[in-house]
Amino acid sequence: MEPLAVAVNGLVKRYGMTAAADGLSFEARSGEVTALLGPNGAGKTTTVEICEGYRRADAGSVRVLGRDPHDPELRTRIGVMLQSGGVPTHARAGEFLRLIASFYATPLDPAALLERLGLTASARTSYRRLSGGQQQRLALAAAVVGRPELVFLDEPTAGLDPQARHATWELVEDLKAAGVAVILTTHHMDEAERLADEVVIVDHGSVIASGPPSSLTGAERQLRFRARPGLGLDELLSALPPATIAKESPAGHYVIEGDLVPELLATVTAWCASNGVMTEDLRIERRTLEDVFLELTGRELRS
Amino acid sequence: MTDLTFSPSPGAAPRSRMIRAQTAYELRTLLRNGEQLLLILIIPVALLLLFSSAPLLDLGAGRRVDFLTPGVLALAVMSTAFTGQAIGTGFERRYGVLKRLGATPLPRSGLIIAKTLTVLAVEVLQALVICVVAAALGWSPHGNPGTVILLLLLGTAAFSGFGLLMAGTLRAEATLAAANLVYILLLALGGVIFPLTKFSGGVRSVLELLPISALADGLRQVLQHGAGFPARDLVILAVWAVLGLALAARFFSWE
Ligand SMILES: Nc1ncnc2c1ncn2[C@@H]1O[C@H](COP(=O)(O)OP(=O)(O)O)[C@@H](O)[C@H]1O
Ligand SMILES: [Mg+2]
Repeated sequence: MEPLAVAVNGLVKRYGMTAAADGLSFEARSGEVTALLGPNGAGKTTTVEICEGYRRADAGSVRVLGRDPHDPELRTRIGVMLQSGGVPTHARAGEFLRLIASFYATPLDPAALLERLGLTASARTSYRRLSGGQQQRLALAAAVVGRPELVFLDEPTAGLDPQARHATWELVEDLKAAGVAVILTTHHMDEAERLADEVVIVDHGSVIASGPPSSLTGAERQLRFRARPGLGLDELLSALPPATIAKESPAGHYVIEGDLVPELLATVTAWCASNGVMTEDLRIERRTLEDVFLELTGRELRS
Repeated sequence: MTDLTFSPSPGAAPRSRMIRAQTAYELRTLLRNGEQLLLILIIPVALLLLFSSAPLLDLGAGRRVDFLTPGVLALAVMSTAFTGQAIGTGFERRYGVLKRLGATPLPRSGLIIAKTLTVLAVEVLQALVICVVAAALGWSPHGNPGTVILLLLLGTAAFSGFGLLMAGTLRAEATLAAANLVYILLLALGGVIFPLTKFSGGVRSVLELLPISALADGLRQVLQHGAGFPARDLVILAVWAVLGLALAARFFSWE
């Protein structure tokens, strides 16, 4: 069997009192997109940079394409997009991409790659004069120009407008279709849901949930609403069919699971009305990764 | 549009090709950079023109251009190997360029070789321009070209070592300020244009130990006076070179 693209087990990395990675484990496979999803400061960059060989773990094991992350051979096999920077400010976009391409034996055609990412008109523009979105796409191009087996993309769509975001998503999908293993970090749950085969939700340096997006969110629809904390759910439940579940998690966020027929909705709203409860964000839908994160941590993902 | 296939095909280019590409890239961006051109070419040539044609200073016996040209050559080496390299590399480090290149097949040694080749290529260009201008001003050089090249190489090694040490340890803004300050101090105190004979004996014997003074004096001994082997200056430069390169190798941090 092919080795895993990345296998991280019990990774620990400390900075003084903070544990940026605190016993973190996950696996990533070729031909799949693995998304490390978590809020700012969760430890995503730390984890990715340990895999890239930039930083050393304090404990735990990390294997990249079956090797130690510091193995120089990996540098020909992986592509890297840093969270920021990495391109000389005076370099022109085309010039920089051609330089990076020249380090590889059989690179992609830099001009075609620029075209694909909508950068052809900016090929002679220096990096510091590119827009933020163009800078991001150039860094993305540089990560894939060497035809790597595995790419690490640290927040590839941060700060992009919707159009540029879609261009990036399409490129990631093409990489995956070509059998490349893609590891990306994001704090956009819609991005993880849309792109990832495997989502690894990270918080405070450890994995709080992982799996395919559908298994994390579940297939069942739910009734969700927000209202003042501490409603008497037992009383509400007694008015609902026996198999129904109601819970408050975190405080002020209510979820009702069961047979979501119209009568159930009517019962809930009638009960709220008779108790003088004003609901907000009342909706019936599948859980999102946002909801999963909220339930697991009691915090909003994008805070 | 060309068909793009992302199917993996990993592999490094031959080392020589990587180094050639990196060197060509560094040279191109450097020669396009107005501030760098000012530093490495325009200032040295302007000083040569200004001080050799106008009797602003008493430069001792002999023609002014014969005194000035070796000093300006030394200044050119310092501006490229030390000031320009420190500032350029310092900002590359600050913007994560060195870090990013570390994730490509180009080895660190290859990057250092490319930077060294770039410095040497720029110095050849500087020397050509300075020699042509000096010749037009009536410069008549003496001595053994081999000794001149040895002095220039040792000076380059010494200044590169300290330039990289600064770039690899200080913040980029601090490097920018310090590299410019050192440049101006050494220009003023290193016998480049103002002869060290103007200083009193004690101060002078200290200033003579500076790398810029050793380089300028060594070049002057050979080019102006036809000396065979300026041993004292060569030893001073060698000591600075070993010290600078060893410190840079020990303390340079890539991120
Ligand atoms: N080099 C560092 N020095 C000190 N603390 C760090 C360093 N890198 C990361 N941290 C800390 O580790 C935690 C995780 O950071 P990071 O990995 O950048 O998170 P993310 O990429 O998920 O936003 C944060 O609390 C951050 O302040
Ligand atoms: Mg990060």
